[in-house]
Amino acid sequence: MTGSGYLLSLGDDALIAAQRMTQWCASAPELEEDIALANIALDLLGQARALLSYAGAREGAGRDEDALAFLRDPEEFGNVQLVELPNGDFAVTIAKLLFFSVYQELLYDGLLRSRDSALAGIAGKAVKECAYHVDHAVCWTLRLGDGTAQSHARMSRAVDIIWPYTHALFIADAATAAQAACGVGVDPATLRAPWLDRVRPVFTEAGLDLPEGDWVPLHGRRGEHTESFGLLLTQMQALHRAYPGARW
Amino acid sequence: MADRTGHEVNETDSARPEQDWPLWEVFVRPHRGLAHTHAGSLHAPDACLALRNARDLFTRRSEGISLWVVPSAAITAVSPDEKDPFFAPAGDKAYRHPTFYDVPEGADHL
Repeated sequence: MTGSGYLLSLGDDALIAAQRMTQWCASAPELEEDIALANIALDLLGQARALLSYAGAREGAGRDEDALAFLRDPEEFGNVQLVELPNGDFAVTIAKLLFFSVYQELLYDGLLRSRDSALAGIAGKAVKECAYHVDHAVCWTLRLGDGTAQSHARMSRAVDIIWPYTHALFIADAATAAQAACGVGVDPATLRAPWLDRVRPVFTEAGLDLPEGDWVPLHGRRGEHTESFGLLLTQMQALHRAYPGARW
Repeated sequence: MADRTGHEVNETDSARPEQDWPLWEVFVRPHRGLAHTHAGSLHAPDACLALRNARDLFTRRSEGISLWVVPSAAITAVSPDEKDPFFAPAGDKAYRHPTFYDVPEGADHL
């Protein structure tokens, strides 16, 4: 029996990453990049909908995807802080996308072998999308890191800002550990080595240094979030809270 | 977001690059066996990203199984004012037109 808490944390990661990415809409550096980032946000939103719907069904308390996305308070969200961090400049966004999408691709790849066939099905669709997100993030990491002095400085700064938030991706909370132990979930600690194997060559080729610090800011999986998260959630939930059940 | 790293980042130098990305023409092949056809154009800094942008712009709804991107500057085209003599058909040379045989049924893309 797959626990709803584990599904919620996976769904919250995708939902909040999607919402944050959406903020680039109509303000990306170029029209083509605007569309690329919006496409990635839509992929993530689709993953969030599938995971939250399934979490609601597993929970059995009558909450659908909308109730879970729009009617929970910040401390009830189990997403890692990495996905809620402000977009910053384009380099910060690319650093976040690189670190998160490589993690997601490895995670979903592991979930293909989940004993929960519904979860494996969701992962099967998502893993292909994540492969493309990785590709996009790698393309830009190489170009920014190995581009001009300005772009290199920006990308180095972005990596240093985001790096501390990557550690929480690989720390299992109680729900995750329980699901991993029974073959439904993936123990995130096992993803750390392959994640480094994917990220390190990109950094080498881009002429960037991989930071070494292991300081973990706070644990988003336990409902601890950054200051900017409240505003993000308020904007995301405003319409649904003002007009419950509103439809286009 | 605070810069806690001590890197010098010149924020005033963040204006748009002086030159826009170059233009690329996109060709999409919808099915195996058909020819690539011109689908439109886009901007991209290099060929690799042009392909990726083309994927996002022109093949998100299963429109194609193959993509080409060509720098627009690499295409040589006839100029509008030489159009008439260039394309004037020789209407009296009927043998140039394949109208003397029936197309077999089922050959949609001949």
